[in-house]
Amino acid sequence: MAKRIEVKGLDIYYDKFLAVQGVSMTIEPRSVTALIGPSGCGKSTFLRTLNRMHELVPNARVEGKVLMDNEDLYGANVDPVNVRRHIGMVFQRPNPFPTMSIYDNVVAGVRLNSKRMKRADLDALVERSLRSANLWEEVKDRLNRPGSGLSGGQQQRLCIARAIAVQPDVLLMDEPCSALDPISTQAIEDLMLELKEQYTIVIVTHNMQQAARVSDVTGFFNLRAVGEPGGLVEIDETTKIFSTPSNQATEDYISGRFG
Amino acid sequence: MSTPPTNPATGPAESLDTDRLPAHEDPGPQTVTLAAVPLTRGSLPRHAARLVLLGAVGLGAALFAAGLGATWGAVLAAVAYTVVIYLWSRSVEGTRRAFDRFVTAVVSSAFLVALVPLASVVWTVVDRGLARFDTEFFSYSMRGVVGEGGGVNHAIFGTLIITALAALISVPVGMLTAIYLVEYGRGALARAITFFVDVMTGIPSIVAGLFAYALFELFYGPGVRMGFMGSVALSILMIPIVVRSTEEMLKLVPNELREASYALAVPKWRTIVKVVLPTAIAGIATGVTLAIARVIGETAPLLITVGITTSDNFDPFDGRMATLSVFSFSQYATPGIPREAYFDRAWSAALLLILIVMVLNLGARLISRLFAPKTRG
Ligand SMILES: Nc1ncnc2c1ncn2[C@@H]1O[C@H](COP(=O)(O)OP(=O)(O)O)[C@@H](O)[C@H]1O
Ligand SMILES: [Mg+2]
Repeated sequence: MAKRIEVKGLDIYYDKFLAVQGVSMTIEPRSVTALIGPSGCGKSTFLRTLNRMHELVPNARVEGKVLMDNEDLYGANVDPVNVRRHIGMVFQRPNPFPTMSIYDNVVAGVRLNSKRMKRADLDALVERSLRSANLWEEVKDRLNRPGSGLSGGQQQRLCIARAIAVQPDVLLMDEPCSALDPISTQAIEDLMLELKEQYTIVIVTHNMQQAARVSDVTGFFNLRAVGEPGGLVEIDETTKIFSTPSNQATEDYISGRFG
Repeated sequence: MSTPPTNPATGPAESLDTDRLPAHEDPGPQTVTLAAVPLTRGSLPRHAARLVLLGAVGLGAALFAAGLGATWGAVLAAVAYTVVIYLWSRSVEGTRRAFDRFVTAVVSSAFLVALVPLASVVWTVVDRGLARFDTEFFSYSMRGVVGEGGGVNHAIFGTLIITALAALISVPVGMLTAIYLVEYGRGALARAITFFVDVMTGIPSIVAGLFAYALFELFYGPGVRMGFMGSVALSILMIPIVVRSTEEMLKLVPNELREASYALAVPKWRTIVKVVLPTAIAGIATGVTLAIARVIGETAPLLITVGITTSDNFDPFDGRMATLSVFSFSQYATPGIPREAYFDRAWSAALLLILIVMVLNLGARLISRLFAPKTRG
């Protein structure tokens, strides 16, 4: 559980377009790493390279290294499907499977991978995952109702429950709260603080207060100039980034002077 | 719009846009003021449209009674309604509402015109088809029948067997093609397949029949007839429809669901089988049902490949079979004596076909309702 991720000199391409250039960082286990930066600078793109979702885009490719506990995720014999077994993901827009009940959504990762499990074990897994996602109390009486009938915030927590039900080592979250109201956001932030006891969490957020509240380390992404690829400007302890960043661009961004 | 309208009662400072203008700048000529655009406008009495319509229909009926044909009566009634409601509305409600009413009248008339052939066909077929819609018609074949009596029992089963076999061929081929095109295909091969599916959509049904015949002739020699050959001909017509409708449905499945599944470490083919297809299955089933409805009444290809027979033959791999469409055609084309008995059977078979297609359409609706993803349980 909870693995360290090291990124070394990562260049990310969409076909011939270099979207992100030269990212190197270390993501510590049992911590929350926040990625901030203006729109279009490649935060989502970078996040999706960490669990090899990036290559689902036709002709998209990556140069450089991503190591998970010293194993290269882009090594020659690495199966991307297996990478995603270790690294789960929560998306910006809640996307529960519309054909499935709440229960089936939570166990989707297990069922769709055709792992056989006893009913009692599945029940326990559902309860454990939903409890971890702070959703159990709200849905325990209607587990067989469709997941898409929940509110947006509940759906997002259902998606988190679904992601942690397969017990990944790392959890990636791409703006998980940007479609949610403040109360649901609060619930998910609390959840992140609980989850970091067990998981390595990387979250992209546009909300600087959120980064300051939940993260231990913050990385600032930026475009060097219009038309240039995006890149990591600096990464440091969250308290340091938000008080005395070492880069002028970072300071401008967090003080709201640009971006 | 050059300048924001200013309200004379509160002054220009009320508007946000004028707020942003520097104080010394002239806001420009005032083209429109709010006072000139009243919030209320005249409107026709509540049942105006209905009353005018009633009047127009009355006029049409009067013309009809006066000896003018029904068509002219209806056309003049529609024109009278459109003109009266437009002019009246224009004088009371202004040009925008008047034009709205004008277009509404035109669109409704077009709809009614489109409905005329449908209603006429249904009326004719029901009217003439009911003559022989009796138990004998459903339970007997035409074996040994000359003149009156006889039935289409053999043709009903023939149609069902041949169409079912056609569906059995077309649905897997069509669905797999669509899955390839949407989920896997790119580059030259996918483009070529799309092109050929497009071409297939336009193949005349007689050509499909000739093709199937030519194909089977290679193996069985000239003069071959069998139900399965008809199924092959029908599936040539059906496959492109299934591909197209399945493709559309698969494209409607949001990419986010596929990504959600990939992110759970589900391999691609399992994602397609367990997430994409179930999400789209309602639409796919509807499309398949409509494709069946589309080919079940085909006549020309079956005439060539399956022919017609008077007695039961439920073996699609051996010789001629009867089908409802060809039955109807042959009764009509080569009547015996008395002719009326043959024509009645032709109409009844046509009515039965229409009913089957209608049941299939209803079935399609039912299927899409049953399978559709539920948002509230
Ligand atoms: N599927 C794609 N194909 C091509 N270019 C893309 C694609 N997705 C994102 N990009 C480009 O990559 C850059 C980074 O985008 P993104 O990672 O979404 O930024 P962020 O998440 O920081 O707002 C942008 O210039 C964007 O246009
Ligand atoms: Mg993004």
